[in-house]
Amino acid sequence: MSVLRIMRPENATALLDRHRGLFNRSPMQRTTALAVPAGMAGVAIFAVWWLALSFSQIWSGLSSLVKFIALMFPPSTGGHLDLLLKAMGETLAIAFLGTLVATVLAFPVSFFAASNTSPHPIIRFFVRRVLDTIRSVDALIWALVFVGVVGLGPFAGILAIAVSDTGALGKLFSEAIESTDERGRESVLASGGTSFLAVRFGLLPQVLPIIAGQILYFFESNVRSATIIGIVGAGGIGLQLSEQIRTYDFDQVAFAVIMILITVAIIDYISGKLRFAIIGRRVETQT
Amino acid sequence: MPSSLPIVSQTRLEVLVGDYQREVARRRRQSLLVLAILAVLIVLAARFGEVNLRNLVDNISNFTSYFSRIIPKLSVAHFGADVSDWYWNLTGWLKLLLDTVLIAYLGTLIGAGGAFVMSFLAAANLAPSNALRWIIKRVFEFCRTVPDLVFALMFVSAFGLGPFAGILSISIHTFGTLGKLFTEAVENIDMKPVEGVRSTGSRFVEIARFGVLPQVMATFASYTLLRFEINVRSGSVVGMVGAGGIGQDLFVAIRKFYYTDVSAILLMIIVCVAVIDLITEQIRHRLSGLERTR
Repeated sequence: MSVLRIMRPENATALLDRHRGLFNRSPMQRTTALAVPAGMAGVAIFAVWWLALSFSQIWSGLSSLVKFIALMFPPSTGGHLDLLLKAMGETLAIAFLGTLVATVLAFPVSFFAASNTSPHPIIRFFVRRVLDTIRSVDALIWALVFVGVVGLGPFAGILAIAVSDTGALGKLFSEAIESTDERGRESVLASGGTSFLAVRFGLLPQVLPIIAGQILYFFESNVRSATIIGIVGAGGIGLQLSEQIRTYDFDQVAFAVIMILITVAIIDYISGKLRFAIIGRRVETQT
Repeated sequence: MPSSLPIVSQTRLEVLVGDYQREVARRRRQSLLVLAILAVLIVLAARFGEVNLRNLVDNISNFTSYFSRIIPKLSVAHFGADVSDWYWNLTGWLKLLLDTVLIAYLGTLIGAGGAFVMSFLAAANLAPSNALRWIIKRVFEFCRTVPDLVFALMFVSAFGLGPFAGILSISIHTFGTLGKLFTEAVENIDMKPVEGVRSTGSRFVEIARFGVLPQVMATFASYTLLRFEINVRSGSVVGMVGAGGIGQDLFVAIRKFYYTDVSAILLMIIVCVAVIDLITEQIRHRLSGLERTR
């Protein structure tokens, strides 16, 4: 127990001297430590002024918000549970088919966007820019466009999710392809395989578990986004939800939101299990 | 040394090949089962989703002609005049775009601030009370699962049209998503500094400040910047329901078929998001560099 030493004051100063750098920060560091929060606060103040936010508006809004919340209890179906269930089914169908079509479209494209499998850098650059552009337009805007093409209904929602996710999945898939180990393909090529066989047996086994995980993740997030694209008429529970908010039927809003929460929780649970099963098994066979 | 190459006997080889073929057959059965389940799901979903391929094929010309219509007519001869014609409302749109960016900024700031405080209380390795931790985690979940547009619609009803509804709905959604990410970051820290600070008799706030914060600051900042970029994108969407920003104009342009306006506004949003993307990516790279040297 005698190991514990009592530090004498002169030792403490010596210790401090040895580690000056940790305690005395350079003027540069001090200024940034002050300037960054000050700059952020400055932008925030400018934003409040520019957007003309007034506190009286906030107070009156808060009181009506409290009223809305009081109206939410008890949640009620408003007598059309069947409609709500059908809308929820539509939402799931939109998310499922949207993700599926996006996967089918993005998978081949991603090989052209990945640096190690793309036939030419120019093709790669072009494909990437197209994917970026598709990705930067929100699914809701695609939904508006497709409502104009195929009319109101869930089909427009499926197409919207499919297109906007093709951009995102194409990028993620191509990154997964780029991060693969080249030796798998090289060994297939060395044993006389064609480049197609090299991709099939040397590359696909490496990327499939990653891709499967990403698809499941996107399915989860699409269930969430499919709940809102109904607001512009593209099917699903969003249509009911926006109607109920507009007509101040907040007990029904609460019911629909609870339905969404439960459905999302179930989907998350299932896809979590599936992801574990896929990735767990593959990792096992690899080692 | 060629003699060291083992030669497999015929009987052993047959056993091996048999095993291999059984394994392949098992896998094949498994894949077929998965495919069958997928097929059933597809048929079910197509029913529910009112998939109508004929409708799509019949109207796909609408889709392509839509794009040809939103592309402005630019000629080399009077290029400048054409562009200024296309962007006839440039100053108005720029102001709205700034609105959107500021809405996203304030929403991110408020949401990240709330998530920052709550994440220390929700992390399993720090939480002072398990009940509180459970409640905060459920609140995070609620905030990120309810779509931000639903919040926006409600807030537009409560606060009236305008940016405040947008800020609030974005900050709630940000609170939920960043809360989860921040909590996970805090849960992954090295506990030794925390024990060191705790052994000096510090309180919770001091432990968080000196034991935890230096470890997670860079990660927090990086997640927040990423979220800011996402929020600029969704800020342009919540505008569609009247929650301020450029979304309202975009919505009107799409609904009223002001084709060239659609492309003009979309292009502005895309460029703006790309610029913010570039800037935040630079800062994030620098931050992750900082973290590595620590």
